[in-house]
Amino acid sequence: MTRPVFGRGLRPLAITTALATAAAGALVFFYAPIEADQGFSQKIFYIHVPMAIVALLGFVAAGVMGIRHLRSRDRSWDLRSYVAIHLSIILGVGVLVTGSIWAKASWGHWWRWEEPVLVSFLIVFLLYCVYFPLRFSIEDPDRQARYSSVFAITAGAFVPLNFVAVRLAEQVLHPRVFSQTGGDLPGEMFLTLLVSLVAMALLFVTLWKLELSAKHAAQQLKRLRARLELQAERRAEERVSVGSPS
Amino acid sequence: MPDPVSGAGAYVAAAYIVFVTLVVVYVAIIGSKVARIERELDALARLVEEREP
Repeated sequence: MTRPVFGRGLRPLAITTALATAAAGALVFFYAPIEADQGFSQKIFYIHVPMAIVALLGFVAAGVMGIRHLRSRDRSWDLRSYVAIHLSIILGVGVLVTGSIWAKASWGHWWRWEEPVLVSFLIVFLLYCVYFPLRFSIEDPDRQARYSSVFAITAGAFVPLNFVAVRLAEQVLHPRVFSQTGGDLPGEMFLTLLVSLVAMALLFVTLWKLELSAKHAAQQLKRLRARLELQAERRAEERVSVGSPS
Repeated sequence: MPDPVSGAGAYVAAAYIVFVTLVVVYVAIIGSKVARIERELDALARLVEEREP
């Protein structure tokens, strides 16, 4: 029996994630007050903002994993980086769609091109969409892992720079959640946001480990099949050499 | 609490449905991959058993 490499502790983590998600849902709909300005549509905030923060942190974490891969030449770090980017892209789709729904509910527009927060997130998202064609256009596994890590590091460094640039830019419509004054969030709303953020981070780690363990199992299976085929070929060659006259 | 199927409630429901759909589809895809790996592993195990004398 093989030791689970990436799936270790997945079950308790999944249970904790389910409990945290349920707690976040209960706080959003039964504890956090209705916001005076936006009304009930502000409830989208508790899913949109944690998704955006976790997606961006996932991109940065993928860059750190890329550094670990380049330093150690251990391809499992490249796999970790790839899965983190994959998950962050999926969350990014969620951020863009829920953001558009919230914008329509609050501002009456699906999208505002003059708003730096929206456009900068779209740029980051599109930048990472390039990662997949780049990765799968390279056949040699070592080169693929190396180039993907370089991309993950470069793009990962762009994420905090982009965040600072948006902070410095003039605010049009999109609110700044974590400002120097604490974002002006009342205590109940801030607690609900924090629990939602923890639940989203736990969900990210759970899905990351799930995908990693599935990919690792697929790789192990491929290696096992290749070894069995090689053994079968060797046995066939041995039979031929034994059967032939010397 | 406002009527969940009209006005702001419809937007909130749509946003949360998008999130749940993303997670469910993702888990379903990973689940189907794991099921395929299990089938291939079973086939390999049978192959090894057949080869052993």
